Amino acid sequence: MSGQPLLIFAAKAVGILAVVLTAATYATWAERRVAAWIQDRIGPNKTGPFGLLQPIADVLKLFFKEEIVPSPVDPLLHFITPGIIMTGVIAATALIPFAENLTLADPPVGVLLLLGISALSGYSVILAGMASRTKYSLLGSLRAAAQVVSYEIPMALAIASVVLMAGSLSLVDIVKAQSHLPFAITQPIAFIIYLIAVFAETNRAPFDLPEAESELVGGYHTEYSSMRFAWFFAGEYAHVVIASALITTFFLGGWYGPGPDGVWWFAIKTLFFVYFFLWVRWTYPRTRYDQLMKFAWKVLIPLGLLNILITALIKIWG
Amino acid sequence: MKINPYFVVLLMTVVGLVIAYGVLAISMFLGKRNPYREKLNPYESGVKPGRWDYKANIQYYLTALAFLIFDIEVVFMYPWAVKVMDLKFFAFIEMLIFILILLVGYIYIWRKGGLEWQ
Amino acid sequence: MAGIGAGFEVEHQEGDVLILNMGPQHPSTHGVLRLILKISGEKIVDCQPDIGFLHRGVEKLTESLNYVQIPPILERNDYLSPMSNALAFVLALEKAGEVEVAERAKWIRTLFAELSRIGSHMVAIGTYSLDLGGALGGGTSMFMQTFEIREKVLALMEEFTGTRFHVNLVQVGGVRYDIPGAEWVKKTRKLADEVDRWVFDNLLPMMEASPVFRARTKGVGYLSPEMAKLYGVSGPVIRGSGIAYDVRKAEPYDAYDKVEFDVVVEEGGDNYSRWMVRGRELLESTKIIRQVLDGIPTGPIASRPPVKAPVAFKLPKDKEVYARVESPRGEMGAFVVSDGTTKPYRVKLRSPSFSNLSVLPHLVRGLTIPDLIATLGSLDPVFGDVDR
Repeated sequence: MSGQPLLIFAAKAVGILAVVLTAATYATWAERRVAAWIQDRIGPNKTGPFGLLQPIADVLKLFFKEEIVPSPVDPLLHFITPGIIMTGVIAATALIPFAENLTLADPPVGVLLLLGISALSGYSVILAGMASRTKYSLLGSLRAAAQVVSYEIPMALAIASVVLMAGSLSLVDIVKAQSHLPFAITQPIAFIIYLIAVFAETNRAPFDLPEAESELVGGYHTEYSSMRFAWFFAGEYAHVVIASALITTFFLGGWYGPGPDGVWWFAIKTLFFVYFFLWVRWTYPRTRYDQLMKFAWKVLIPLGLLNILITALIKIWG
Repeated sequence: MKINPYFVVLLMTVVGLVIAYGVLAISMFLGKRNPYREKLNPYESGVKPGRWDYKANIQYYLTALAFLIFDIEVVFMYPWAVKVMDLKFFAFIEMLIFILILLVGYIYIWRKGGLEWQ
Repeated sequence: MAGIGAGFEVEHQEGDVLILNMGPQHPSTHGVLRLILKISGEKIVDCQPDIGFLHRGVEKLTESLNYVQIPPILERNDYLSPMSNALAFVLALEKAGEVEVAERAKWIRTLFAELSRIGSHMVAIGTYSLDLGGALGGGTSMFMQTFEIREKVLALMEEFTGTRFHVNLVQVGGVRYDIPGAEWVKKTRKLADEVDRWVFDNLLPMMEASPVFRARTKGVGYLSPEMAKLYGVSGPVIRGSGIAYDVRKAEPYDAYDKVEFDVVVEEGGDNYSRWMVRGRELLESTKIIRQVLDGIPTGPIASRPPVKAPVAFKLPKDKEVYARVESPRGEMGAFVVSDGTTKPYRVKLRSPSFSNLSVLPHLVRGLTIPDLIATLGSLDPVFGDVDR
């Protein structure tokens, strides 16, 4: 390896990481401001201009808080679980094609690798509940297990039809296949299925059942405090940012757009979907557990299978 | 020279591990600690917590089983999706047969009430 | 006396049934209800409510207070509609002592009862959306809207009585304060319009259009009319089961026989119907408020001068009376036994929350935990009122 590309690569990696982590931190700020806006409130506005320093203040506060490890928990799992989401998110940034020449890694089976990495967050939620060894957390974790597992399939089916369209498992190739028309238009059913499944995958309202603070109090993270709680919290927002980036990659043509192509198109689309996540959360009540599962198994999965068959037919004939 | 993409992913995973667990480890030493019995009690709405380990409902296992079947199917679908343009109708018929076999199982689960939560 | 948690040993568990303790320290038990649940998966096999965490011995306390001191204490019972507690008690006193009530006071009482109803229903609707949507989800948006309106109601009350909440308005023979002026009337009319607009523009369309909301409430927590009668529920809960029972019509008090309004009835018997009843009752309340503001007669606001000295009121010996009002939660009754002194011999309160809550175990058997929370919210219990 020569020195120069490595240095550039390192700069890119650090830059992407910094941007994604900052975006995740400021997603918490955006959440509060958007929620306030939807609810005719003001939201955080005292810490810095427009309350922009609020996330930093929050993180610092949680950083210095007392760490309570309740007596019945499994101490090792209790330590390990909060970090899993964050690790997965950071690993996933390596695969996302932000722009034509701003992709850290483009392995030929990028899609599979990405699915594997993003499935890690499910383990975090499931194991967190198990590690707590209390009833509410256990219920949350059981919900998480069933939910994450059920929505993995429609999500994978939706992506399979994207792969079918692009004819490649490389994320860069998938984006390039959308240079004229994004898959959101040519694959509307897959797009909607993926959008719904992503909400379940990131445990965001209206599918935030493992957390469900009005029913299970905090669900899987009831027994977590201090930075351990903060990682679940930050992990959720980081996951939202990454999920929005993935929607952009799979269905909205990544860096392509009207006018000059580039990373700004990617950023605009991603930010729109981050906003979309917040918007939906503050608009809909939470669904019920069995309804959610029924929806996945009885509607999304058959629809996804049908979509793949139809896509294959059109692709072969067309 | 091109860097091996898998190595990059591995590298980023390591970076992620370091960031995530480094912060957790530092935080362990930062906050002051004052544990006592009542504080370390887990949450159960204000009473003494009871036993948490019980036999989970059979429905969860059924879901897990159904998931396994469908997930394997999806795994099969990815290479098929890449190669479908080379194999044309052969691939389509093959997938059709595969999905039909799966459909039998799916209908069986549905009819047996495996998808109903009660 | 045994402490909290006594009589509830959870070590013994059989099969796949988990015993889950929900409350009193739980975000969605509307205060301090404790539920001991037996769940299988998420399905509720058995539910056993445990009440009394907010018991203050109000009924006993009244025996050592004289009649004038009691209404402000009673207002602390159902703290979401303070006035209806005091009103039921004062109506009982008036019945027992055969006190003439000033005509204008009757209308003012009606006006205030309806304002309280709007305030209370706003809390019920808002917190019910919290139960559905979670304190950090979409439910909060509805909650904020309802509390914005409730805040305006409370501001009107403050302008009227000097107190936002525990208004202490009613006294034997009338009310303590008169309408503060034309400005207040104008504001109240504006509020009535605003409530109507909110119900038509936000509440009803939301209930019609939101698929998640409908899926969560339709057919959940079904209460049959027979069961409703058996358990003695009242208010929006019984009207949501298709029985048109309303104390305001069944036994009109104050000015309710002089104003036009309909008893809101929904046939469904489920959470959706109970919610719908509350939503539509807001419209009836604004209707009554407008009629009161139009038709209120002039004259004195109390047949007796405002009571200053605490000993000023006595009931004849051995009187037993029961008076009831329609509080936002249902039939609120006060039973008073006198012994000829300035203090009551015995006071028994019939609180609507208690009767409504008693139906909960019957409703939730076979439902899931989220539906339990939703069903509890649809009964709208107030624990100051349940435990007294």
